Amino acid sequence: MNTEVIKEASMVMQKEMITRNYDALTSTEESGRKIASTFVPGNLNELIMSFGMLNNLPEINAIQNGMRKKSGPMIMDAERQGHSEDVCTYVKADIGQMSKGNIAPNGKPMPSPDLLLLSYTGCFTFMKWFELLRHEYGCETVMLHVPYTGDGVVTDNMRDYVVKQLKEDVIPALERVSGVKFDIDRLRENLRRSAAAEDNLVWVLESGKNVRSPIDAYFGGVYYLGPIFTAFRGTQEAVDYYRVLRGEIEKRIEQNLGPITPEGDMPEEKYRLVVEGPPNWTNFREFWKMFYDEGAVVVASTYTKVGGVYDLGFRHDPDNPIETMADYCLGCYTNRNLPTRVDMLANYVEEYQADGLLTNSIKSCNSFSAGQLMMMQEVEKRTGKPAAFIETDLVDPRYFSAANVKNRLESYFQMIEQKRAQSRVA
Amino acid sequence: MKCYVGIDLGSTTTKAVIVDENGQTMGHGITNSRSNYDTASRVAQMEATISTRLTLFRQALDSIEELQGNITELLEDLERYFRLELFLEQLDDLHKTSLKSARDLSVFSGGEDLTEALEEIFKQLSSTLELLFAPGAKRKSDFFRDLAGSAYMQVGESVARQLGLSFDTLLNIYDKSIIEVENRPPADNLDDKFIRALDRVLKQSGLSEEMVRKQIQSALDEEIDASYIVGTGYGRVRLPFPKEHIRSEILCHGLGAHLMYPGTRTVLDIGGQDTKGIQVDENGIVANFQMNDRCAAGCGRYLGYIADEMNMGLHELGPMAMKSTRSVRINSTCTVFAGAELRDRLALGEKREDIVAGLHRAIILRAMSIISRSGGVSDEFTFTGGVAKNEAAVKELRKLVVENYGDVTINIDPESIYTGALGAAEFARRAGTENTTPTERLQ
Amino acid sequence: MALKDIIERCTVLHEDMDFNAAKEWKAADPDRKVIGYLPVYVPEEIIHAAGMLPLGVFGGGEQLEVIHGDAYYQSYICRIPRSTIELGVTGRLDFVDGMLFPSICDVIRNLSGMWKMIQPEKFVAYFDVPQNYADGVGGEYYTKELEHLRDGFAELTGKPITNDAINQSIALYNQRRSLVREVYQFRSEYPWKALASEVYVLMRAGLVIPVEEHIAMMKEYLAAANEEDRPLRDACRVVINGSFCEQPPLNLVKTIEMAGCYIVDDDYLLGNRWLLEDLPTDGNALEVLASAFLHHSADTAAKYCAKKEEVGQFLLESVKNNKAEGVIFAAPSFCDPALLERPMLADRMTEHNVPHISFKYAENSGQMQPIREQAGTFADTLKLWS
Repeated sequence: MNTEVIKEASMVMQKEMITRNYDALTSTEESGRKIASTFVPGNLNELIMSFGMLNNLPEINAIQNGMRKKSGPMIMDAERQGHSEDVCTYVKADIGQMSKGNIAPNGKPMPSPDLLLLSYTGCFTFMKWFELLRHEYGCETVMLHVPYTGDGVVTDNMRDYVVKQLKEDVIPALERVSGVKFDIDRLRENLRRSAAAEDNLVWVLESGKNVRSPIDAYFGGVYYLGPIFTAFRGTQEAVDYYRVLRGEIEKRIEQNLGPITPEGDMPEEKYRLVVEGPPNWTNFREFWKMFYDEGAVVVASTYTKVGGVYDLGFRHDPDNPIETMADYCLGCYTNRNLPTRVDMLANYVEEYQADGLLTNSIKSCNSFSAGQLMMMQEVEKRTGKPAAFIETDLVDPRYFSAANVKNRLESYFQMIEQKRAQSRVA
Repeated sequence: MKCYVGIDLGSTTTKAVIVDENGQTMGHGITNSRSNYDTASRVAQMEATISTRLTLFRQALDSIEELQGNITELLEDLERYFRLELFLEQLDDLHKTSLKSARDLSVFSGGEDLTEALEEIFKQLSSTLELLFAPGAKRKSDFFRDLAGSAYMQVGESVARQLGLSFDTLLNIYDKSIIEVENRPPADNLDDKFIRALDRVLKQSGLSEEMVRKQIQSALDEEIDASYIVGTGYGRVRLPFPKEHIRSEILCHGLGAHLMYPGTRTVLDIGGQDTKGIQVDENGIVANFQMNDRCAAGCGRYLGYIADEMNMGLHELGPMAMKSTRSVRINSTCTVFAGAELRDRLALGEKREDIVAGLHRAIILRAMSIISRSGGVSDEFTFTGGVAKNEAAVKELRKLVVENYGDVTINIDPESIYTGALGAAEFARRAGTENTTPTERLQ
Repeated sequence: MALKDIIERCTVLHEDMDFNAAKEWKAADPDRKVIGYLPVYVPEEIIHAAGMLPLGVFGGGEQLEVIHGDAYYQSYICRIPRSTIELGVTGRLDFVDGMLFPSICDVIRNLSGMWKMIQPEKFVAYFDVPQNYADGVGGEYYTKELEHLRDGFAELTGKPITNDAINQSIALYNQRRSLVREVYQFRSEYPWKALASEVYVLMRAGLVIPVEEHIAMMKEYLAAANEEDRPLRDACRVVINGSFCEQPPLNLVKTIEMAGCYIVDDDYLLGNRWLLEDLPTDGNALEVLASAFLHHSADTAAKYCAKKEEVGQFLLESVKNNKAEGVIFAAPSFCDPALLERPMLADRMTEHNVPHISFKYAENSGQMQPIREQAGTFADTLKLWS
């Protein structure tokens, strides 16, 4: 293992941001700040911050626990309490964390949330998840129902519905819990900063179009998204982070460098892939290394769009603060219908000059997974590029079979190689 | 002679195929995979080498006019005696190893001396087992473990009774020793054994000794130079080969099926632990593949489990299912639930053969889904793997393929278990020979 | 008609995966159209008012062999979408002119998009319902969604759908709702006369035949079942919960009954009685439908429960009203809504000393032994307690 990992400035920044955020969350008793628990897709961070509140994201806690190999026992704890083995392991890791004293990833006790802000975008499980949390915490819960775009378009009716809920339910609840009056100008400022960070984020993600991509848009992508998907969208810190990150990537392009990986710089780019589906967290590094060992670089992924599909043009708009939040929620990746997802994937394969599409199908996440086999076939048909399918889970270590995943990846890469050689001959 | 070897390390068996410079199959061999893939691949390769030798013998003998009509018999006898030599050598090894295990055990436990009992067992074993190699004798298996094991059980039990010893202790010794013996790399003095076997053959046949001996010797003098080996199969990562000598089993299966039946466009392989649906193009290059998902429902192992549950041999399941007149619908292909479902049905009074027929249909239905997932069947269809030997499974498959995809050609080769190894051997050949066309050199 | 004949007819309808009854209905007039829908609920009144037949497509049941459907789904996804796909790709639904996929879970939601790709030329819609129950918010949204649906149907048939027409349909469906309630009430009072397996097929038949026929059928059933002289058994009274989407095999219903349980309420085929009360027939029909959905509709795990204390209340009331002694949580394997909600419902039952057990099934479950075992033990325990 590389003992001397070179840290880029952006990595150090992000680490500090996350640490500061967890410290803020675990010290609300002293600071008196209020916490809203909410979800990544369709989160209303700018709004929450405009009330001076902090956000706590249960998925992120589950991910942190997964990467620290703590999620397995938590999930089993929840299953012993009567939660089905069939359901989402984020939920069970979250419930298991509570039963283990609700210790935050920084080792300090996580205070109970003051508000459960259920902005339920692109996944039904969220709805029951917060009902389960309400069942445990008994705190105020406010629901923001974001309709699914079944026909692939956001209608006025959908937008009006979300806007109305924001105005009539969500904002009053935030006022009530925080004791702060809604200040639309403060919200606008946050939204302006969001848009600035989003511009640079899109630039970074699209750098994967370079042949010899300077980024890995899946494993590395997870890190690049960290700030904007979590507690930092709308902060100056995020604006700074994405500016620095962009600078670093620009330099990598100049120097013709591949992505940074935990094993060091990627020495060559043998395969360019588009990946559909979330990563596995329990064996994240081992999983990444399987790609590294084969020279496989992910040039675009859909997981990096669950917290907002910015590359298709959406930016938070300070001039229409409430409507823009509605549009943001409605547009998250898993809130888009399957034909739209197929379009996106097929376009990625073409625009990013990928060798094919790899689907990582996640047992926990039916929102992503149900239909992926068909999506894969459609993308194959449209692009003529080969696709492959592997199966893992989010944070349940019992569902990661390294031998199985490796076997399929190897077969896939060799198949790409074979096809490529064939087209060279022809 | 320059040869190329493909080795397919499956979860239950390891197969090897040797091809010559022109891609002609010279020989193949199979062994159980054991816990040691390295030994398994060496044994399989040895078996393939033996089979190659026999091919060379045949070629050498073919030129002798007066032998025509007798060659097959002669070679069968030769192989039989050769196998006996090989077998006795391993039995001797087992004998010695057992004595050593017995000594270790008694030192350890201060227990009784088992030497006498073991000497008696092995004396009886060598005479009873030798009969298995008599002309016309049928052997249940060709694996040493199976033959020696079942005889040891029988003989051991009666010896233990006679001498008033614990059979369990004797069994323990066997279990420990067989693993050691099995995992020892095979001896390589094959030529001597062929010569000794030939002596026996010639002694009892009235053939012209000089001429046969000369031809066999000349065939033995031909060096089998296995210059390039490619490994594949589930255990391939365990092979001590450099990375470029390892190919995915999907690619090997696709190519192997293409070599057997060049018109193949879809391959179904049902192995012990996985089921694969593969689409190949006109050059045998894989265009798409699907494997059973994380859940191993409906793989070959499912039938093995059912056979265990019913206390039957795996090879007896197919024939039993063929007797069925109305197959019972079985909905679960989950191996864990299969036993329960089976007992449930038996309790309801369903006939065994009807249930077994239903189980065959269930496993083939799963396979049909995997085929469908990989892109369906458009043209020639080739079925490979251990389950392809099961007539009941084949019957269901034919029916379902026709129902779902119309009248397509379905190929099933009796040697289909070697498909992956054949593909691997061809990859080895393409990598190792200069005079291949650019398309063939593809990896 | 004799009870036996009614049940036989219902059983045939239930098992017919070629939907011959609906096909015959359609064949009688070239202008007729059929709209398929998945569980749990769609406003059938609008389909009916458009002169079309609402057809419940509730999976492939026990008998359908799924080959292609499995190619679309991983092993950890429930069975109903695979058998639905199988019905589609084998051409069994080709006669259907449109499909509605109600908002129930991520799997059915995504199936709507898959269907759009499978049958791009057909009318295929995801049917959303509000999770916000304020008239001015969720109600308004839903009313507009219903208008959108109505306009879609009008385009499909080429004829506008008037408010009057919908109101007339509402009146007809009021009749059905009240008869459905009556059947359930009858079973709750005389469970030895109204077997759960019979009520099940009677309700199931309603998915595939015109509502007018179903109304007549239920009337005949009530008359015939009342005449039936069946012995009272020593069975305990249970409510089934969690079976609102993928349906259990009929054998499972029978097994629970034979194991010594009277099923006095359930959430099978809940769409038939989704709206709990009769609706006014003289208002703005779509607003009426919306209001009924918001304020007087059945509860399932697919709905958001706005208040903590209301979680499980619907089930608890059913236990009380039907004098049930226990609850059997029977959910399909991998059913996210039902399985996520179950721990909360189970806690609520425990709080109120309602005994409960749980197990999972699939629409093609073959082994009844474990179910028999569990339901039997549960029945015995309930008897000991009471």
